[in-house]
Amino acid sequence: MPRVVVDVLLKPEILDPQGQAIERALPRLGFAGVSDVRQGKHFELSVDDAVTNPEDVVRQLADNLLANPVIEDFTVTVVR
Amino acid sequence: MQRIGIVTFPGSLDDHDCVRAVIRAGGEAVALWHGDSDLQNVDAIILPGGFSYGDALRCGSIARFAPLMTDVIDAAKQGMPILGICNGFQILCESHLLPGVLTRNAHLHYRTKDQALRFENTKTVWTANFVDQPYAVIPTKHGEGRYVADAAVLDDLEATGRVIARYINGNPNGSMRDIAGVCNEAGNVVGLMPHPEHAIDTLTGPSTDGLAFFTSILSATAGVAL
Repeated sequence: MPRVVVDVLLKPEILDPQGQAIERALPRLGFAGVSDVRQGKHFELSVDDAVTNPEDVVRQLADNLLANPVIEDFTVTVVR
Repeated sequence: MQRIGIVTFPGSLDDHDCVRAVIRAGGEAVALWHGDSDLQNVDAIILPGGFSYGDALRCGSIARFAPLMTDVIDAAKQGMPILGICNGFQILCESHLLPGVLTRNAHLHYRTKDQALRFENTKTVWTANFVDQPYAVIPTKHGEGRYVADAAVLDDLEATGRVIARYINGNPNGSMRDIAGVCNEAGNVVGLMPHPEHAIDTLTGPSTDGLAFFTSILSATAGVAL
């Protein structure tokens, strides 16, 4: 049964206040030299063997539901 | 008497306040259930505030696929007046009935305040009665109300008068161009982040300014000239 991973990230031009909050916390934790933090979402899905072209199916459901293409980009990867 | 439908989703909070506001304005409030596919011959529909589906994934993204939303989207495209308040606005954006998206407040805090607004489009069926009182104070309460769209969309909204209301005296969430509410091209679908249903009685709200939404739609659906 193929395992498919979808990673969703805000488009570069969209403000990511959560990523900024994480970035601001890093120096306090002693991590220097780390910048441009962006927070996203990671999904893992199993697709039944009977489904032909699981990558296309997942790409379609990611475009319809997992991501909002107005503000987010996503990638689809079949991991096994 | 005009029938105004108010949709309840799992996690809706302000449906009962919307019912009260419709009744206060002189209309008949009709409870609609997200799992049905029957609009019960209503004249207009309100998607209320709250946290449908616990805001899972993105606010409004799951509610968009509720059975009743298929009927709401079809009706909207045929001109049925639809008002989305707060979570309802988020659902309308996720349904692509309105452009843009409502995202996490820039300061990351949930913000509750009585918000000053300026109404800029009083030609819609939901905002007509703001024509003589374009400044209003209406409660706002949300964590994800920062309106975002690309510059071309924002320019188009402004050029075509589709920004129905802006925040004044302070932007509570970092919303682009201080946008508090927008409408679709036809003007029948309106989304607003603040809660007019909480501003219908000075006993419980900062003003009665919000009542104008409900009186506007009753006038419009009665066929009275706007």
